[in-house]
Amino acid sequence: MKTFTYTIRDEVGIHARPAGMLVNKSKSTGSKITIEKDGKTADASKLFSVMSLGVKCGDTVTVTADGGDEEAAIKALSEFFEANL
Amino acid sequence: MRYFGGKGVCGGIAIGKISVLRRRDATVTRVKITDTASELERFEAARSQAIRELDELYEKALPEVGEAGAQIFDIHRMMLDDDDYNESIRTMIEKQQINAEYATALTADNFEAMFGAMDDSYMQARAADVRDISNRLIRVLSGTSEVETPSSGEKLIICADDLAPSETVALDKSRVLAFVTAHGSTNSHTAILARSMNIPAVIGVGDAFLASVRDGETAIVNGQAGEVTVSPDDEAMREAEKKLADDTAARQLLEELRGKKNITRDGTQIQIYANIGSVDNIGAVLLNDAGGIGLFRSEFLYLESSDFPSEEEQFGIYKRVLESMADKKVIIRTLDIGADKQVGYFGLDKEENPALGLRAIRICLTRPEVFITQLRALYRASAYGNLGIMFPMITSVTEIAEILEYCREVREDLTREGVAISDNVELGIMIETPAAAVISDKLAPMVDFFSVGTNDLTQYTLACDRQNPKLEEFCDTHHEAVLRLIEYAAKSAHAHGKWIGICGELAADFTLTKTFLQMGIDELSVSPPYVLKLRDTVRGIDLRE
Repeated sequence: MKTFTYTIRDEVGIHARPAGMLVNKSKSTGSKITIEKDGKTADASKLFSVMSLGVKCGDTVTVTADGGDEEAAIKALSEFFEANL
Repeated sequence: MRYFGGKGVCGGIAIGKISVLRRRDATVTRVKITDTASELERFEAARSQAIRELDELYEKALPEVGEAGAQIFDIHRMMLDDDDYNESIRTMIEKQQINAEYATALTADNFEAMFGAMDDSYMQARAADVRDISNRLIRVLSGTSEVETPSSGEKLIICADDLAPSETVALDKSRVLAFVTAHGSTNSHTAILARSMNIPAVIGVGDAFLASVRDGETAIVNGQAGEVTVSPDDEAMREAEKKLADDTAARQLLEELRGKKNITRDGTQIQIYANIGSVDNIGAVLLNDAGGIGLFRSEFLYLESSDFPSEEEQFGIYKRVLESMADKKVIIRTLDIGADKQVGYFGLDKEENPALGLRAIRICLTRPEVFITQLRALYRASAYGNLGIMFPMITSVTEIAEILEYCREVREDLTREGVAISDNVELGIMIETPAAAVISDKLAPMVDFFSVGTNDLTQYTLACDRQNPKLEEFCDTHHEAVLRLIEYAAKSAHAHGKWIGICGELAADFTLTKTFLQMGIDELSVSPPYVLKLRDTVRGIDLRE
């Protein structure tokens, strides 16, 4: 299991569009990806689940990858967050 | 210039653009499914179809509105791919054996509620997206065509073949300038709604009208004369504008009647209350200076809801009505569903003759859980104002005895639970069946008041279906039989020291106002826009003449 924490810089937070991109990214990995904010956890492969976290600019989230390619998955997601959020 | 004649059901002139209402078949009914496997397949096929539609919309929108504008369709497509959303629908189909349309509607409600409860206004607005994708799915499932809703912000003349109660409820009233329907009778819901909103309306203009008009055409609607003029020439337009100005002047004259008593020249004073169908109408009640609410049609709570409204939900609404009216009387009629006002989740059987079927109090007495929920909400709200409860479709002494027993139980339960309730709640019944009128001498001692529902009383007495426009010539609302029944009910009420009102459409028939006053009717309840006109009529009457 690999994790990283990230503080959102995008001014609207994880709204519908980036949430959808995140879901696609998570689904493309071979691991189970979860996002946690303030003790609430969401399955990153589910759009409504990610949106329901209501992640805003300045919020800190913990991203976890668990599975066969977790090493590569966490790297891909870390890059995704840096680039988009 | 094209001219169409119909029946004017609500006075006034409207000049504006036409919008033809496309049939929105969004009424989702619950159907029990035995073959869940093929129902799941049907759902998957509809989902694929909906996703294809969204892909097409995205492609079409891209060159027109750009990436930012088109991405909503992309997001909708991804929403339709959401595992939790789809899993919820599949599980409902499988476990509860319900049809895909209904499972989708229920799931939509849950997800909408989730977004609605979030503390971020952007996320709250996503509830609309959930509704949108769910409607798309339901539409594909039920094989209906896409609905076009007018997108511009101006007020429109809404044209349709006819309007169901649920459709009129769903309409954004602030956008309606006038109603024109091809079919329908003067007692149809379009007509009643138009009157309660004081919107010019012409009904029964025929199919040729609908076939000929296009969205965006200019028309003049004369709700008094029952005339619709499409693409009017300059002269017709000038004439209509003058009438509109005269109307406005007449309305100003009525304004002067605000705050005056409802008293005849010989000193007989009555109450004039207002009929309303939703909390939104309270503004109109107060604006028109009504003395109270003589009929609050609680069924709109049930019609607007996708499942039985909870006790809390009902309590909240009743409390709001009572508080808004301060100490003025508010008479709330218990659920009057059935017949022409069907609600899917009640799961009522189709009836050959719904007007004579399982409706109103008959549903309440056969399904006490529904009745008790409403009574509890009403009694809890009673602490916040001056409440009267009225029961519809009464025909016998035993029904009232049973109702009073439920009321007593609810009062006792609430008192035991420590909930504050008013001990001054008046209980009354509708006199809308010939049976109730004929035995009104037996019913009067049991209740605090009567209220005559003239629409049903007329239809039952004259054996005339009020939804059938062809019967209108036989349905003489001034028929002596109906008037005698009302007179007898008034005598019975007064003999036992009870009061009697009229809350049906006839209360707003000014040619009968003097007759009703002679009978000793104590209260007339009319649509808010008629309150001041009725006051004017009452003040002009002299019962000695």
